[in-house]
Amino acid sequence: MTLNGWLQIIVFLALILLVTKPLGLFMTHVFDRERTFLDPVLRPAERLIYRLTRVDETREMRWTEYAVAMLLFSLISMLVLYLLQRLQGALPWNPQGLPGVEQGLSFNTAASFTTNTNWQSYVPETTMSYLTQMAGLAYHNFVSAAVGIALAVAFIRGIARREKETIGNFWVDMVRASLWVLLPFCLVGALVLVSQGVVQNLKPYDRAQLVDRNVTVEVDKKDAAGNPVKEIQPVTEQTIAQGPVASQEFIKQWGTNGGGFFNANSAHPFENPTPLTNLIGLFSIFAVSAGLTYTLGRMTGSQRHGWAVWAAMAVLFLAGIMATYWAESRGNPQLTGTDQAASAAQPGGNMEGKEVRFGIANSALWAVVTTDASCGAVNSMHDSFTPLGGMAPLVNIMLGEVIFGGVGAGLYGILIFVILSVFVAGLMVGRTPEYLGKKIEAYDVKMAMLAVLIFPLVILVLTAVSAVSPDFGTSQLNNQGPHGLSEMLYAFTSGTGNNGSAFAGLSANTSWYNTALGFAMLAGRFLIIVPVLAIAGNLARKKPVPPSPGTFPVTTPLFTVLLTSVIVIVGALTFFPVLSLGPIVEHLLMNAGQTF
Amino acid sequence: MAEKSKKISIWDAKIIRRALLDSFRKLNPRVMMKNPVMFVVEVGSLLTTIQLVRGLVAPVPSVTDTLFELQITLWLWFTVLFANFAEAMAEGRGKAQADTLRKAKTETIAHRLLASGQTETVNAPDLRKGDIVVVSAGEFIPGDGEVIEGVASVDESAITGESAPVIREAGGDRSAVTGGTRVLSDQIKVRITSNPGETFIDRMIALVEGAERQKTPNEIALAILLAGLTIIFLLAVVTLQPFAIYSHAPQTLFVLVSLLVCLIPTTIGGLLSAIGIAGMDRLIQHNVLAMSGRAVEAAGDVNTLLLDKTGTITLGNRQATAFIPVGGVSESALADAAQLSSLADETPEGRSIIVLAKEKYGMRGRELAPHEAHFIPFTAQTRMSGVDFDGREIRKGAVDAIERYVSELGGSAPAEMREIVERIAKEGGTPLVVAEGRRPLGVIYLKDIVKGGMSERFNQLRRMGIKTVMITGDNPLTAATIAREAGVDDFLAEARPEDKMALIRREQAEGKLVAMTGDGTNDAPALAQADVGVAMNTGTQAAKEAGNMVDLDSNPTKLIEIVEIGKQLLMTRGALTTFSIANDVAKYFAIIPAMFMLAFPPLAALNIMNLRTVQSAILSAVIFNALIIVALIPLALRGVKYRPMSAAALLRRNLLIYGFGGLVVPFVGIKLIDMLIHAVGLA
Repeated sequence: MTLNGWLQIIVFLALILLVTKPLGLFMTHVFDRERTFLDPVLRPAERLIYRLTRVDETREMRWTEYAVAMLLFSLISMLVLYLLQRLQGALPWNPQGLPGVEQGLSFNTAASFTTNTNWQSYVPETTMSYLTQMAGLAYHNFVSAAVGIALAVAFIRGIARREKETIGNFWVDMVRASLWVLLPFCLVGALVLVSQGVVQNLKPYDRAQLVDRNVTVEVDKKDAAGNPVKEIQPVTEQTIAQGPVASQEFIKQWGTNGGGFFNANSAHPFENPTPLTNLIGLFSIFAVSAGLTYTLGRMTGSQRHGWAVWAAMAVLFLAGIMATYWAESRGNPQLTGTDQAASAAQPGGNMEGKEVRFGIANSALWAVVTTDASCGAVNSMHDSFTPLGGMAPLVNIMLGEVIFGGVGAGLYGILIFVILSVFVAGLMVGRTPEYLGKKIEAYDVKMAMLAVLIFPLVILVLTAVSAVSPDFGTSQLNNQGPHGLSEMLYAFTSGTGNNGSAFAGLSANTSWYNTALGFAMLAGRFLIIVPVLAIAGNLARKKPVPPSPGTFPVTTPLFTVLLTSVIVIVGALTFFPVLSLGPIVEHLLMNAGQTF
Repeated sequence: MAEKSKKISIWDAKIIRRALLDSFRKLNPRVMMKNPVMFVVEVGSLLTTIQLVRGLVAPVPSVTDTLFELQITLWLWFTVLFANFAEAMAEGRGKAQADTLRKAKTETIAHRLLASGQTETVNAPDLRKGDIVVVSAGEFIPGDGEVIEGVASVDESAITGESAPVIREAGGDRSAVTGGTRVLSDQIKVRITSNPGETFIDRMIALVEGAERQKTPNEIALAILLAGLTIIFLLAVVTLQPFAIYSHAPQTLFVLVSLLVCLIPTTIGGLLSAIGIAGMDRLIQHNVLAMSGRAVEAAGDVNTLLLDKTGTITLGNRQATAFIPVGGVSESALADAAQLSSLADETPEGRSIIVLAKEKYGMRGRELAPHEAHFIPFTAQTRMSGVDFDGREIRKGAVDAIERYVSELGGSAPAEMREIVERIAKEGGTPLVVAEGRRPLGVIYLKDIVKGGMSERFNQLRRMGIKTVMITGDNPLTAATIAREAGVDDFLAEARPEDKMALIRREQAEGKLVAMTGDGTNDAPALAQADVGVAMNTGTQAAKEAGNMVDLDSNPTKLIEIVEIGKQLLMTRGALTTFSIANDVAKYFAIIPAMFMLAFPPLAALNIMNLRTVQSAILSAVIFNALIIVALIPLALRGVKYRPMSAAALLRRNLLIYGFGGLVVPFVGIKLIDMLIHAVGLA
């Protein structure tokens, strides 16, 4: 670990701290339908959309209606993306002449982008046409993020409202999230990225002759008997993929999507060319989610509660970056006789699978940020991290994608934990637990537990099935032993958490993994959203209890500690056994001299 | 009071014996199903038992470790039994009390009044609502009812435990009588107001026995949380076997069930219903009958307490505190006259005048008989009382009454007297003017005396976030003075029943929960409207039916204790839940390395407690998990100590004790058990 590395981490967190209030305030105005500086341009566009879609922007919805609208909208967008992939061979903007996508992969990708996961079982530059990328994937990058923000706002309204049946209008929330919170920032952001060298074109791929004629590549092949073997092939030419990258790149982070235009994602120089774009990327992953904590405080009239939630997120973020940065800087103890210390000449530590442009600090930081926030964009190979360095991103996702989290999803996710914390600890002050004046009763606890159950259910069961199924489960692993377990576990955790980053080391483009992961992503999104909305609707109906010295305080550092502990304990208790057989034992074995 | 001290201890040998028996009876799966956490333990125990028997029938010597498996199985059963025992213990005292009550319900003979005016003798259970019975001295009252004629002293110790007899009389707020109580003197006519099986004693038996116990709202919510956690751990343990198989380290059923039972929240799951029962029981020990557990929980949530001034905040009667002479009269002359005028005055105010004169001026009560004294009683017309003797005519009364009396005799009141009277009224006191003939002597200062320690208690309540409102019929001026003196937050002066009702509604509209006490029929609507309505046992039937609690001691200050018991109930649940979940961390560190140390020796690094062997590690965790239930039974029954303080302070304290404590204690406990079983050679 270096001072320079830590400074970069601190600067990043300081930027997030700075953006929280202005962005949160802006979103409060947007969703309270108050005036903002963008209104002169956006209001006419908004009205036009409502006129065309016949939406009455003043009509409010009950939570059930809100949920049905959201589910129908998601279902239809998912179908459209599915069809677009299947039919892309016959559609325009396909200069590479890429064929229609296979059905299992199409389902997986449609589920992936609808749920804001952006898990990619495919290599984009050789699979998706420009039309599919722009009209299919980029479209979902916007609307899946907008849906997340809308849901978070609906949840906040549920807490803030008193004795109301409704929690807002889904269409209005979504349109306003897209027009105000996503589009303008992406417009500016994309141009900034172009200025840094991110490409934006519709050209066919370039080809370049290699200057060095002695380049070879190892290719996985199967021999006559069907056993996997490696074959060495010479390389003389390089294909340089092109495309409308910048327009997709900014929303990839700003909407915590993470689906790369290229397979190498943010490690690709066309996606993330400079240290500045790297910082912009990191910043835009957390920005909206951090801002929403301020919106929470503002709308519920308890600004300090918003900051207490922010602080809990920040504490968990710091724990993650400390663990990862430490583990990666430490390198591999088995590489004796090699200088792994950081110096002016080398980044030191475990550089396998990392971009030399980013080094240890920025790779570790990106890995932590992208998994904290269910973004899933990567600028290094998590599979190549040390066992503990790779465990931190995995645990980040397991905790529920609530450390700032996906746009909107992070906030409503952490609010579930807030409700559980308030319930258990609230009992300890001798009153029926209440959260910002709303009594937390059996129904709310039931819904919160339903939401919390989804993670262990989907992640553990699907990973367990894969672990004991040699035909379709373990056969796709690149590594055996504990590391192989981590690879499967990471895939299902990433899918269920709607993160989308790949640990890699697992060939997931098979019918089992495509289907199971597709299911995991849908369950991880919608099976959590429905109970979340149910809680919002139920809270909105309640009559608030005025605060008194006997009220459980949700604004104090003690509350932050409590919330942090509940998140860690629930996550740890659920996943400790499997982690102990995965990264933990791998770490201990590595120290004892055995690697996988 | 002899009976009252005969409270039944929880640790009574009889109760323990019955509880031991009950813990086996409760093993019935249909009973266990109601508690999902412990039901999972029972199923687990059953599975290991079957496996154990199979192992004994067809042993595989190299694989099986019968001693270990037997011990695990036994301790799993103990876990279930301990939880059952906790519940049975909590029920124990109530059951014992129910037995006593049943004895009081002995078959009584009733004298039913016929239309002809004659009485017929019937058995008490044959009485129906509306029947009128005559009860004479020495007889038991055959059923709940209302006195419609006569007055009698009644021994209600069977219900209240209070042996001092109480007066019951027709009309007014002391007309309700309870079946099973005994008339000591006189004869009364009682209209029966409940059918057999619905009487107060029946309800009380059902309540103390816990037969009608329904889960309270918070208990249901907590049970859902615990069931959810159980499912999570079930998933974690069930999927661990595939991961173990993948890692070439498959586990036996005994180990997996042990892990599961250690992880699921058995501590709180096993004690949850005991806590609820014990909470109700604690109320009963305070002689309060809660008609539902919901009411007890609501008591913990109360935001506003409505307290009647008289009897709750003040001693109930005004007392003389000063003699203020006028017109050059000496203070002792005034005291002398005041005392003389009050000798025949049996009202508490009159007695307090005598006492004050005695204490302050050493004047003993005098025998006036030789002086041919003639006492003038107080009447609503004259609004004064007094005495005529030896030619002296002393009167005392309200200021306007005495002024009229004096002016009729040709005298006049000095201006200074008016000032004194006004000052006293402004200070919240009541002025009584004394005159001898046409000459006013001075003013007696009667004052409401606030009970000792009240303002301290109200301070505590304020710290707990509870607002106190004093209800009084006094004028606002008087009310404000007493309110200030007592330290209540607010007052409602010149309160009529409908004002009280409006106040409750207003508070509730703001989302607050309101508690109040009451005894009169007038109070019934407000008692029903309040979230916690405590009716006094001496009160009318209407009041008792409207409230959701009855205080057998008829002590309105008890509301404060009721609130504390309600809070204690919730706190105990929260504290033990936190403790239970925090415990899991240590159990993981005991069991996980034990499970996989053979396959992956470096995992021994996680064995931070340095437990001796694989078997002893798992066994220690299971034993700790079972014993902690027993160890916490006293806490569950007694409740977590409640100290009035702000929620923030309370939370900090309880998180430290039960959260942090829950993290540390099992590390120590498991290590000790491990050392012990190693020393004994059990594993």
